[in-house]
Amino acid sequence: MSSDQSLLSLTDVNTYYGQIHILQGISMEIKAGELVCLLGGNASGKSTTLKTILGIVQPRSGTVTFDGVDVTNKSTSFRIGNGMAIVPENRRLFAPMTVLENLEMGAYLRSDNFEEDLNDVYELFPLLAERRHQLAGTLSGGEQQMVAMGRALMSKPKLLLMDEPSMGLAPILVEQSFEIIQRVHRAGVSILVVEQNANMALSIADHGYVLATGRIVLADRAEALSQHEDLKKAYLGR
Amino acid sequence: MEFFLQQTVNGLTLGSVYALIALGYSMVYGILKLLNFAHGEVYMFGAFAGYGVLTILGGSSALVVPVWLAIMLMFGAAMIVSAAIGVALERFAYRPLRNSTRIAPLISAIGASFFLQAAALLMFTANSRSYNTPSLIAIETGIPLGPIRVWMVRVLVIVTAFVLMILLTLWVNRSRTGKAVRAVSFDREAAAMMGIDVDKVIVVTFLIGSALAGIGGVMVGLVFGRIFHLMGFVAGLKAFTAAVVGGIGSIPGAMLGGLLIGFAEAYTTGYISSTFQNLIVFGLLIVVLLVRPSGLLGRPELVKV
Repeated sequence: MSSDQSLLSLTDVNTYYGQIHILQGISMEIKAGELVCLLGGNASGKSTTLKTILGIVQPRSGTVTFDGVDVTNKSTSFRIGNGMAIVPENRRLFAPMTVLENLEMGAYLRSDNFEEDLNDVYELFPLLAERRHQLAGTLSGGEQQMVAMGRALMSKPKLLLMDEPSMGLAPILVEQSFEIIQRVHRAGVSILVVEQNANMALSIADHGYVLATGRIVLADRAEALSQHEDLKKAYLGR
Repeated sequence: MEFFLQQTVNGLTLGSVYALIALGYSMVYGILKLLNFAHGEVYMFGAFAGYGVLTILGGSSALVVPVWLAIMLMFGAAMIVSAAIGVALERFAYRPLRNSTRIAPLISAIGASFFLQAAALLMFTANSRSYNTPSLIAIETGIPLGPIRVWMVRVLVIVTAFVLMILLTLWVNRSRTGKAVRAVSFDREAAAMMGIDVDKVIVVTFLIGSALAGIGGVMVGLVFGRIFHLMGFVAGLKAFTAAVVGGIGSIPGAMLGGLLIGFAEAYTTGYISSTFQNLIVFGLLIVVLLVRPSGLLGRPELVKV
């Protein structure tokens, strides 16, 4: 599955919110077919990293390259159109819209027929087919997670970004959620999972990065990271 | 009975127009959480655009084209002029302030409202104009409704307004851009994360809302005749009230609110006194807000704990 082709790379990225220097020289890479996790505690810069990757915030310096194109100054629409998709933190569904409409929004930039992908999503989450005309806001947390995943997959992404998929879910649903991430990964989608739940994330990832106060402090293969003494103390609770 | 029917038709006419103006108010609020106080002026310019076309075509008593064509051209011109003003407002008065405090665009809206009023005063003077519709479409024409006859112009206004409301509802529920408008209204950042061009969607919202207000302006000109540079103020306030009564941000709410205000006004004028017209209308607003703070069809604010 893994090839050496770089899908996403951040090179020396510095992002500010006003005067506050949030990301301080971040460099990271995701190769095509990889599942990479980005770990870090509260306010470590995880969400800002994702927003910089998506182009919701612009870095003051550094470059973001996606699928061979320098996208540093490109719009979010451009990046989504070129194959990024995100499952945002807290899912961020369009609550007053139906499940089907939420999925359609995921395919917003597609001009081709996405009927087939809709069926693929329904196959992955049969429950969504049943509930397709129900308002997304009326679903349970686990069901909403499925809609958020399905919505992201509707754009046929090359790279799926996942912001805290375990947040706010019951432990059994967290496990389910990670199983689904693995399934999507096996289907050929590269994935970046941003997580606080380091154990879970490292158990499915190929590579991991650890972020602390806006800097990458550790970067290694996932197995190596899960044995790392500092990380154990800080995040794994062992 | 005859009197009641007459007032009902009056209410329906007024209500249709208020609904069209309220829709723009509500859609813009839905997407930007901004009270576009210059919306009444957008409507006023629509009325003047219609008047301008009517004058160019020879005026209502010496029309050089068929009446139906003249009315279509008036609506068309009003839509274009109002939409252009609406889009310009968004671009120059609101967009630069989008990431500023919430009060800043509100102040900008009030400023834009005064600016447009003053511009109209300079362009059209303070004299009121009349569409002089009865010489365009005779007052004797119309559709019989029991003991009364409904003037063709009223029929035209009511039917057009309802057709437009149905089209807007279909557009917002079925079309790709319409759904994007709802998505952006609910969660702008999440919509951007789907690749939706938020700026474009906001412009489209202003464009459609303003075009509807422009049509409302021509309708008022046609039914009530008199147009003047300050006409947007009270109409804007009533449309705003209609939007709030219906539940601001809700499209069916704006329609319902507009019709309710129209009926309230017509029945008050008919059965009580036109002096109390505004008292009753704004009283209605207070009562609705006391009983249902988020409006009749509005979504209650969700409080996260």
